[in-house]
Amino acid sequence: MSRSKAATATRGAILRWTVLAATVTAWQLATRTHASVYFPPPSEIARHTHNLWFSGPPAHAFLTPAATENILPSLARMTAGFALAAAIGIALGTALGRSRRAHALCNPVLQFARAVPPPALVPVFVVVLDFGTRMQVASIVFSAVWPVLINTAEGVRNTDPLRLEVAAVLRLTRTRRLLLLLLPSALPRIFAGLRLSLSLSLVLMVFSELLPGTANGIGFTLTDAQSRSDLLTVWAALVLLGALGYVLNTGLLAVEKRLLGRGRPA
Amino acid sequence: MRRRQELLLGALGVLLALGLCEAVGRAGLVRRSYLPPASEVLSRAVELAGDRLFLEGVGATVRAWALGLGLACAIAVPLGLLLGSVPLVDDAVRAIVEFLRPLPSVALIPLVSLLLGSGTETKVALITYASVWPILFNTVYGLGETDPLAKDTLRAFGFGRLSVLLRVELPATAPFIAAGLRISAAIALILAVATEILAGFGEGLGIFIAQAGMATDGTRDVLAGVVWAGGLGLLINTVLVWGERRLFPWTPEHRSQG
Repeated sequence: MSRSKAATATRGAILRWTVLAATVTAWQLATRTHASVYFPPPSEIARHTHNLWFSGPPAHAFLTPAATENILPSLARMTAGFALAAAIGIALGTALGRSRRAHALCNPVLQFARAVPPPALVPVFVVVLDFGTRMQVASIVFSAVWPVLINTAEGVRNTDPLRLEVAAVLRLTRTRRLLLLLLPSALPRIFAGLRLSLSLSLVLMVFSELLPGTANGIGFTLTDAQSRSDLLTVWAALVLLGALGYVLNTGLLAVEKRLLGRGRPA
Repeated sequence: MRRRQELLLGALGVLLALGLCEAVGRAGLVRRSYLPPASEVLSRAVELAGDRLFLEGVGATVRAWALGLGLACAIAVPLGLLLGSVPLVDDAVRAIVEFLRPLPSVALIPLVSLLLGSGTETKVALITYASVWPILFNTVYGLGETDPLAKDTLRAFGFGRLSVLLRVELPATAPFIAAGLRISAAIALILAVATEILAGFGEGLGIFIAQAGMATDGTRDVLAGVVWAGGLGLLINTVLVWGERRLFPWTPEHRSQG
């Protein structure tokens, strides 16, 4: 039984990678035979990506100056924005989740704030904070905070009442009740919110850098290449962003698995 | 707490939030042209309801949104049904999908603008691309959750593969598809506004916001536009949640929604 399952899994993996390889090969052949400015062959995109960002000296972890000038600031802004959004969202969400009254008070405002498509507010941040890192971090925080906040509040609110009573009987202090009971029971919801926030952070990081007036970043690289019709760089930046999104999401999933444990009921 | 009390508290919360914005706007912490008080923004938002040009812009945004979302549904639901019911196909395209999905779709705006110009096609293409994923994944996931007993029963009675799919699997998956659609609806609005803001010309809600953002003292207009955008998002979400509850009353409360 388990052997046949393992065999199926292996077959699946082989199939998966074969199809991927076949697709890339077909793409390569198609672009080679029908040369188009807009669709460069994947081999050239890969070479360009390497030359552009990853052909630096070993002392700089193989990063080129172009990479340190554009990839690192983007990552820094995104990390700062996401971390702030997560901290604010979890803190406020916990506070809101513990009181039904506070929750009822804030719910309509929260629902509205979440319904605003985040890019719509970026022009406001541009006017108030001017172009630059502050504006970009602010727009990331403002868009990424809502999913964490709302999910944390829901999670804390739905803590098993029986467990709360047990905590009351045991006379747990507020902090211990928070750390030992409320947060752990809200953790699956919090992570669901964090995943949404992470992808929103990436979206807003790119969007805020695409705006005219930005001086560096991956998004800037994209618009700059677009204005020069440098399609190879556009594709390279897309590949980089896709890889980045994949790595970030996988990383967060790994942390989630670690903290929640495998197969633990949510 | 009773429903009425909740509503009252909610209304109070809205008033408090507006009051806070009003106070911050009037206190002169920031320049007034930067952050106008809530009353000015709201009255401007109301005023815009009578502006034909503005309403036409909102109409253009909503049309692109609906078209993109409709296309996404037409692509994602059949594809999801195919992937969910034929494991071989699912295995085959899994790697490709896993590479495409994490790419933030706003990053595609420059490329698609180069390919298609900056008109409606670009907007619709981007909206479609971004909204395909939640619907697709929810369809595949929903198919996996279908009651195997119901499927086996129908098969035992001699119903064919397609018949089982249409009679049991599709109805059982419908609530999941609807939930995916709700997530996609929000993403589609984000993409519509984002593309318009970056394009900077044409017509649409995002264009209004982008142009107001560049004008001096335009923050009031930008914020009024944001109020409209938020109202639009709220309206869409409310209608979809209401529809889901009516159509699928047996599904558990919507969890961890984005």
